[in-house]
Amino acid sequence: MIVLLLAPLSGWAAEAGYRLDSSPHDPHDLISLQAGARTFVNYCLGCHGLESMRYGKLTDLGLTEAQIKDYLMFTADKVGEPIRTVMPRKESKSWFGVTPPDLSLAARARSADWLYTYLRAFYRDAKTVTGWNNAVFENVAMPHALWTLQGERAYDRESGKWTEIAKGIQSPPEYDATVRDLVNFLVYVGEPAATRRKVIGIVVLYVLAILFVFTYLLKKEYWKDVK
Amino acid sequence: MASRLWNWIDSRMPSIKEEWRKHAAEYYAPKNFNFWYFFGSLALLVLVIQIVSGIFLTMNYKPDANLAFGSVDYIMRDVPGGWIIRYIHSTGASAFFIVVYLHMFRAMLYGSHKEPRELVWIFGMLIYLTLMGEAFFGYLLPWGQMSYWGAQVIVNLFGTVPFIGPDLALWIRGDYVVSDATLNRFFALHVIAFPLVLLGLVVVHLLALHDVGSNNPDGVDIKKYQDASGRPLDGIPFHPYYTVKDLMGAVAFLAIFCFVMFFIPEVGGYFLEYNNFIPADPLKTPQHIAPVWYFTPYYSVLRAVPPLFHSQFPGVLAMGAAVLIPFFLPWLDRSPVRSIRYRGPYYKTALAVFVVAFLILGYLGTESTTVWGQFGFDAFFLDTKDRATWLARLCTVVYFLFFILMPWYTARDQVKPVPERVTH
Repeated sequence: MIVLLLAPLSGWAAEAGYRLDSSPHDPHDLISLQAGARTFVNYCLGCHGLESMRYGKLTDLGLTEAQIKDYLMFTADKVGEPIRTVMPRKESKSWFGVTPPDLSLAARARSADWLYTYLRAFYRDAKTVTGWNNAVFENVAMPHALWTLQGERAYDRESGKWTEIAKGIQSPPEYDATVRDLVNFLVYVGEPAATRRKVIGIVVLYVLAILFVFTYLLKKEYWKDVK
Repeated sequence: MASRLWNWIDSRMPSIKEEWRKHAAEYYAPKNFNFWYFFGSLALLVLVIQIVSGIFLTMNYKPDANLAFGSVDYIMRDVPGGWIIRYIHSTGASAFFIVVYLHMFRAMLYGSHKEPRELVWIFGMLIYLTLMGEAFFGYLLPWGQMSYWGAQVIVNLFGTVPFIGPDLALWIRGDYVVSDATLNRFFALHVIAFPLVLLGLVVVHLLALHDVGSNNPDGVDIKKYQDASGRPLDGIPFHPYYTVKDLMGAVAFLAIFCFVMFFIPEVGGYFLEYNNFIPADPLKTPQHIAPVWYFTPYYSVLRAVPPLFHSQFPGVLAMGAAVLIPFFLPWLDRSPVRSIRYRGPYYKTALAVFVVAFLILGYLGTESTTVWGQFGFDAFFLDTKDRATWLARLCTVVYFLFFILMPWYTARDQVKPVPERVTH
């Protein structure tokens, strides 16, 4: 799905050149996750769904069902429904050349670092259909959805230099924080069980450690008489 | 009550006690097993883990090209405990190969393939082959990009066979491309056919082993010295001695297994490839297709061999030969001693170089051939100047020479005297 983000003929080679920033997201930061969910429904959900995910599951982020209904649930009536986009699949293909992919597993397929860099690497390019291009993803079909926040920038591929064309609503640090929250949310959506997985893992490892001591002592006891 | 029930069963089916006696309570194993001897029982443990977790996965998995990818994601999110089951199975697949590779290396260290255990080795190799098939079929099921294109590449290998190739590939796929028909038959083979064969082979492997008795790190025959009642002096009953020891090994293994599964289930893209989180798209070929790590040594061999008359068939033949040549190990190895402890410098060097070559081949198979760029000059006479390809060629030659020259260097090696009894 994510591959479809690419304009049809460009290969994966385009992304090889640009150095990825390390994503500073923190899956334990609930405030950041909630902010990311909000950014997602406001700026991304118009085109991209999270169809593997149900609205009700967002209670994981410390939200009540009422809050989810009031602030996040724009594309469904019941909290048990999946987070679908409202964009019709067929038409969107003719609009963008590709159907905007579902992003349920975007963070797992692409990595958080990739998303974090990609969403901060859009620039103005008169040669493309949308007027936007991306330093990480050359000739990407997607326009810069967050441009009102980040503003407009130009990028010179040869020198790797960024220049500001127009200011956005947010300052660069504020924009980085917005993207961080959004990536944090997408990482959570990629694997909602990830945080719980680690908690269970610690318990399991402690149990096995204790069990190992017992099995070691048992073995030692039996093997006493092997000379 | 319990003993009355047992007597009732025993009087009707004495073979339970008999088999238990033969294979556990009075199966005498050498007392000097070391670390390397854990991996046999661990392989059995992983087999059980895979079967049990696999049963639970099939309860929610849908072998349908339109539903498969989504059903795996459904298992990961909506099925209670589903993600645990899925990670157990995906971690188990890689763990199986790690354990089996170490188990095979143990045999090569201590000469467990040598007379009279040739059949044990042969059945073991058959298990390994079956396991490769099982893993290959299973890998298609999540229906991600890597599943799809990996299967496409492997099936196309059969298509390179002269004359019958295209028909053979068509017969395997059941369609002109990997499709729903392929997914369905791979599902059938993965969940029924191959597990049955695997179980049968494991039984035969163990029966063959228990007929001749286990080898040991000294490679000496423990049956030579027996007490008055015919028990080997250096043997101890498998149960309870090795059951409790293997239990300890199993717990240690499970701790590592659980660490991987709960904290790093993808293992940096080696156990679960990132591209496989993208649904299969028959119209979009990924630029870099790599099989899962346990197949990569052979994949490297395949890529290392240059095409002949625009046919990849020589590479396919080389890959097939690389997989099959270990079958002949018992007859290639002419050393008068079994264990590495008493072998000479030739075998020790050869084995070390072989292991390094195998690991390098494995690493190269995960990367594209341009991973280290090209030589800056035109000195070589073959088709490519990629450094990685040349290293893969060198390692491929080493891989085959290890086996082909084995009769020569093992017969000439300076072996040390073997003790009469095991050292413990």
